[in-house]
Amino acid sequence: MSVSLHPVLEARNLHVGFGGRGKGVPPVRAVDGVELSVDRGQIVALAGESGSGKTTLARTLLGLQRPNEGQVLHHGRPLDYSSRGLKALRRKVQLVLQDPTGALNPRRTVYEAVAEGLRIHKVPGNERELVAKALSQAGLRPAERFFQRYPHELSGGQRQRVVIAGALVLEPELIIADEPVASLDASVRGEILALLLSLRDELGLSVLVVTHDLGLAWNIADRLAVMYLGRIVEVGRTEQVLAAPKHPYTAALVSVLPEATGRTPVILSGESPDPSRIPAGCRFHPRCPALASGLAQRAGIADRCVGETLPVLPLHGPHAAACLLSGHIGDGIAGAAGGSPTGLLSA
Amino acid sequence: MNGEQRDPQAGTVDGPGAARVPRPRTAGGTGLLQIRDLRVSYRDRGVPLPAVRGVDLTLAAGETLGLAGESGCGKSTLAGALLRLLPGNAEVSGEILLNGSDVLKMSWGRLRAVRWNEASIVFQGAMHALNPVRSIGRQIAEAIVLHAPKSSAATARKQVGELLEQVGVPAWRAESYPHELSGGQKQRVMIAMALACSPQLIIADEPTTALDVMVQAQVLTLLKQLVQERGVGLILISHDLSVLASTCDRVAVMYAGRIVEQGPGHRLFADAAHPYAQALAAAFPVIGDMASRRAPRGLPGDPPDPRELGGGCAFAPRCPVAVAECVEYDIRLRTVDTERSAACVHVGVPA
Repeated sequence: MSVSLHPVLEARNLHVGFGGRGKGVPPVRAVDGVELSVDRGQIVALAGESGSGKTTLARTLLGLQRPNEGQVLHHGRPLDYSSRGLKALRRKVQLVLQDPTGALNPRRTVYEAVAEGLRIHKVPGNERELVAKALSQAGLRPAERFFQRYPHELSGGQRQRVVIAGALVLEPELIIADEPVASLDASVRGEILALLLSLRDELGLSVLVVTHDLGLAWNIADRLAVMYLGRIVEVGRTEQVLAAPKHPYTAALVSVLPEATGRTPVILSGESPDPSRIPAGCRFHPRCPALASGLAQRAGIADRCVGETLPVLPLHGPHAAACLLSGHIGDGIAGAAGGSPTGLLSA
Repeated sequence: MNGEQRDPQAGTVDGPGAARVPRPRTAGGTGLLQIRDLRVSYRDRGVPLPAVRGVDLTLAAGETLGLAGESGCGKSTLAGALLRLLPGNAEVSGEILLNGSDVLKMSWGRLRAVRWNEASIVFQGAMHALNPVRSIGRQIAEAIVLHAPKSSAATARKQVGELLEQVGVPAWRAESYPHELSGGQKQRVMIAMALACSPQLIIADEPTTALDVMVQAQVLTLLKQLVQERGVGLILISHDLSVLASTCDRVAVMYAGRIVEQGPGHRLFADAAHPYAQALAAAFPVIGDMASRRAPRGLPGDPPDPRELGGGCAFAPRCPVAVAECVEYDIRLRTVDTERSAACVHVGVPA
């Protein structure tokens, strides 16, 4: 595997939209300006509510969806959307889905499920050995005992391990996992997350986890990007983002976690709004507690929240949030430490 | 060791926490719901497979009881048994006293009246339980009209509007079809439906699984509010102990068809006594707790096959602190302290 200086996968100013059906139906701007990168050996979590565009972003990164604008770069080179190019990409970038029961063919044995990728990509070498290696990497040991089993004979956690083995058998650089533990039991959840973490440590695998579960991010992710209505509204090291959120949306998400102690829950009304009608100004302003509480007003920026379009968060750099109040949210909303005082609030 | 002996004080899940709750609508002070030695097994080709193996529980009006455990532990079977909704191959024994009368001995007519009117269930995956070709208003009204045949169409319609408003869905949504609603709204509609006949007991089976965190917070707040305002008894079933800890007065953790620990919700999450409850609590990290950062904790192994349940503690094969006695004796609930009990040999024994 060649080691390049570029991130394994990168999104540059990515826009993905879907045309409105029929007259007067506005197009959906599912991904609306995203910069994101996953480095070698890095675990990045992409968090957001349903409808935030996180799954569309993941599909675009996999080349399953073409962007309307912007680029996806693999080791610094734009994706090749020819069928040969995509096939080559999929050997390097594998997808693991939420429901392992749905992802496995009930009439195929574990061996066949794992060997399928090898056959499609005509990988040379001893198939049996490669399958056995992938299964034991995924924690199914001794691997030979699982070869002839069918999915219905396995527990939920074992099935997810088979799906992960099917991805690992091609020795990918990156696994994109869409809610990998959402349909699993509590006790299995930790086991699968520990597996992802150890694959990173032992194989240098990169992982992009798409999830709505912030606890998962705390458990395994190096970096966390929070998505809202097609944009990343906050990004940074997981500890920083979760312990001292700068964006009121992140602060609200953290505050409603059931195990959150000492924080007053900020329950936002309504659900994630419609990506076919993205509000002007800051896209979060109709639900923003900082605007509703008058915090933005006191800081003298309420007009800008409603009227000023915020720039896309940069690809690299420290903990950042797409919020005009950024830096004050920690003091104002979550009561968390952090955020250097500037003139805005003290004025 | 008195592992086989049942401590009479620890046998029921009726701690002092239950006593301080007012019981306005109960018969003879027995509590809204009393479950005594409930056993359910499913007959599979002539062989009974135990799913619930002797559960005692009580619930007072205005109280919230959480039921935790992983798939196959018997929590949904228990919920189904409460209203006799189990498939034909289920064999049920024990007592389920709802307002003093035994659900298991009721005639079908009486049972039909009890369902919806006295107790209702919000099912797991409720979002798919709505009929896609009927407006949600009609679906809610159906329950009302069936159980109060004297109500006119107009009163039913008015009631539907009120119910929807109560769960935070605008009344005009009654005209909408399920596909026009978001996941959270559908879940609210299911709760509105469960409330339609003003039951005293609501059983919610994984009501927030598959919902976003923000929507989950909204639905849990709604359920808490209903308990407070209407004084209903709520049984909340989930595999997420953190959700139960923040919502429920008391939580009971189930493993292999038995309750292995019960106590106040927050204490169970922060300081569980049974090794299984500890593992379940550790599965959901507390954000900011550096001990769980980059250290996800799971529990190796799988729940036992009901065919292979022997005499010892069912958790022993997966238990990190199992000793010889665990395999030998059937460990029943023992007193941890005034509020809690746990079925573990290490409980009440000096380390």
